[in-house]
Amino acid sequence: MENKLKKTCLHAEHVALGAKMSPFAGYDMPIQYTSIAEEHNAVRNKCGVFDVSHMGEIIISGPDAEKFMNYIFTGDVSKLSEGQCIYGMLLFPDGGTVDDLLVYKEYRKDHYLLVVNAANLDKDYRWIKDNSEGFIVNIVNDSDNWGQLAVQGRDSEAILGKILNQDLSAVASFRFIDTFIDSNRVIISRTGYTGEDGFEVYAAPDIIVDLWKALLEAGVTPCGLGCRDTLRFEAGFPLYGHELSQEISPVVAGLSIFCNLDKEEFIGKDAISAQKANPPAKKIVGIELADRAIPRAGYPVLLEDGSVTGEVTTGYRSITLDKSICFALVDRSAGAMGATLYIQIHRKIFPGTVVKKRFYQTNYKK
Amino acid sequence: MSKIIEGLLYSESHEWVKVDGKVAIIGVTDFAQSEMGDITYVDLPSKDDDITKDEDFGALESVKASSELLCPVSGTIVAVNEKLEDAPELINEDPYANWIIKVEMSDASELNSLLTAAAYAEIIK
Repeated sequence: MENKLKKTCLHAEHVALGAKMSPFAGYDMPIQYTSIAEEHNAVRNKCGVFDVSHMGEIIISGPDAEKFMNYIFTGDVSKLSEGQCIYGMLLFPDGGTVDDLLVYKEYRKDHYLLVVNAANLDKDYRWIKDNSEGFIVNIVNDSDNWGQLAVQGRDSEAILGKILNQDLSAVASFRFIDTFIDSNRVIISRTGYTGEDGFEVYAAPDIIVDLWKALLEAGVTPCGLGCRDTLRFEAGFPLYGHELSQEISPVVAGLSIFCNLDKEEFIGKDAISAQKANPPAKKIVGIELADRAIPRAGYPVLLEDGSVTGEVTTGYRSITLDKSICFALVDRSAGAMGATLYIQIHRKIFPGTVVKKRFYQTNYKK
Repeated sequence: MSKIIEGLLYSESHEWVKVDGKVAIIGVTDFAQSEMGDITYVDLPSKDDDITKDEDFGALESVKASSELLCPVSGTIVAVNEKLEDAPELINEDPYANWIIKVEMSDASELNSLLTAAAYAEIIK
């Protein structure tokens, strides 16, 4: 059974650059152009650009938009000013995660833009719709009207600012501005998923294609989804389906800070409160190995006596740190900081130490 | 175009074999290393292990993936290229100069089932 893969507005550019393409969330996406390590290092040291046009955009508006957002989302949108965005989750009533996302409070009264994982877009849209009864809101899946680039790395501000003829130094972290190219709206947001300073740019597909070409011409390295994963992993960020899922709540993932329990009510609040009072059996931890062997998602994590305590959720030979590290979902009792756990890799067993999940210290502009 | 060397034998799982008397010197092909991308770790077997044809004797790991190494012949592992432990990238740099294991063959007739350079060139077309 062969499903037809969707293409982003930049698909032809990827193919022309000779990218290794692979299916991701229903799209034919670039995994790498030259090498994952080279692209990874470009972002850590200079500037790289990712096509993330597969991400979903859902617009919620209407007189009850603020109240509705606070009901379906873990963060408190009442605290946002226009031009600000916030990271958080949509939760099931039992605290399991529907998705993690960014919510933008637009420069328009009662308008919110939700940027969600491509693989979860249809599920999220249905879930939001299903929970909207009694609220006066419009819910629009606007994804097809948007392309998205992530411009990441310390040179992003200068290079992107020059191309857009904008002083981006005034845009603080988790803030955004609207600008216009030929009367087309362009959102420039100081956010990212790499642990470096950078921007995410949303615009109509043809604007995105022009911007992509201008960035490459300015010497920015095209980066595929391969290094998007190695970068976010080193910076300690979760990936839905690995460190967050219907079974992995924000409390299990160690991300309960993104659930604002001071809010009156949101879906999943009671479950999160209960989990915080009485921690769940499992948790996500970081593990560092002394050996060069590489832990991969799904490999078993063992206790000293050989019994299974969990499994790896993401693992790599870290490109920046040159260490074998992973996230793993393990028994809370076994996952204390500094504890020794064992990972089975092929036919051998390697000891590792529980460490902080933020393996790499992020470099944001204050 | 991946490099293929005349005179070596090849497996369908992209290992090459150089025959030196009773010993088979085994590595991976240029095609295999280019498909893998940057190799970050080579999982090596132990010297003196017995191995059976088509059994896995280790793995290559790139940033993204892990790929098993299958032994093209049966016998005893008489040498392991330990340089690869600290410098797995040597496989990317020259996959034919950097062998992985040497096997003293127990049944040299197994070589007949391997591919010539020309036949291997066909399967990676």
